[in-house]
Amino acid sequence: MRRAVALLLLLAAAPARAEERRSGFADMAPATRAMQQNDMANPGMLWALEGEALWQRPAGAAARSCADCHGDAAVSMRGVAARYPAMDPGEGRAVDLAGRIALCQARHQGAEPAPRESQAALALAAYVAHQSRGMPIAPPADAGMDAVRAEGRALYRARRGQLDLSCAQCHDDNAGRRLAGSVIPQGHPTGYPLYRLEWQALGSLQRRLRGCMTGVRAAPPAYGAADLIAIEAYLMGRAAGMPLETPAVRP
Amino acid sequence: MARVLLQVPATARRGEVIEIRALIQHPMETGFRPDASGVVAPRDIIRRFVCTWDGETVFSAELHPAIAANPYLSFTALATASGTLEFAWTGDNGFAQTETRRVTVTE
Repeated sequence: MRRAVALLLLLAAAPARAEERRSGFADMAPATRAMQQNDMANPGMLWALEGEALWQRPAGAAARSCADCHGDAAVSMRGVAARYPAMDPGEGRAVDLAGRIALCQARHQGAEPAPRESQAALALAAYVAHQSRGMPIAPPADAGMDAVRAEGRALYRARRGQLDLSCAQCHDDNAGRRLAGSVIPQGHPTGYPLYRLEWQALGSLQRRLRGCMTGVRAAPPAYGAADLIAIEAYLMGRAAGMPLETPAVRP
Repeated sequence: MARVLLQVPATARRGEVIEIRALIQHPMETGFRPDASGVVAPRDIIRRFVCTWDGETVFSAELHPAIAANPYLSFTALATASGTLEFAWTGDNGFAQTETRRVTVTE
């Protein structure tokens, strides 16, 4: 019964037809789209290159590199980013891709994980997610994640901050219209971590979510907080089937 | 070492105009931005970029604080003879990076 309710919730959350969903890519200027599509002009690729170097570098007490266990990322990491956030059995909670990498560094390398949103953490996440570029987003369909997605859906619809706005009021009710000259995207996280021209750097989905929350003058949760991961999981569930673009470029 | 993305054709016909694109990872800190505690971050920018073809300068640029992070430069060169292209970025705090690419010119 609970599974059935969760499934209904998910069905209700998913837009009726896939072609109605738009990646933010579709709303970008032609020059910005060209920048994303050319790997020699996409600044996000600088982080992916750095992540490739980190993948090969031994670290921590075990002096092991990612490649020592996982081998060639092009094979072992293909499609992995499309499945996160997912439940971590050891932790008993949902973790996102960056959190999963940090757990791996602590458990198997005996290393101090790079802090969230640091250059090294973003580079490794970008490199891993880049291996799934073009693959459809495929959120895991277990009961644990259904609960997390339901929680994320509630957070997405909760009004917050001094402006008393929910995510849904912009990204569902007014998507495609303009806010101060910029098109309001539908909020499909298809390209994270992505290079935002405004940031002049690569950033995670959590940075984007925190930025939006600050925009409505709410106190954003800390990086890695369960609330942010729940919203991430809900958004990835909504975007199921859309192709990953990492590293994307956005204005 | 900063990461670099260079788009240079490996071969070109003699007399062909080739397009070269150079992107380098650099924060281009302006020297005007206060951080969260109000302290102005010291300037850290790339000051100069030079591209030479077998020692002859084909393109150079001076960069200034208003230029965005990870500067991207696109320019053209006339392919006359096979040679080595050298790309050199120099900047504040002793920043210096050089990359080379070989271009083979055919008849």
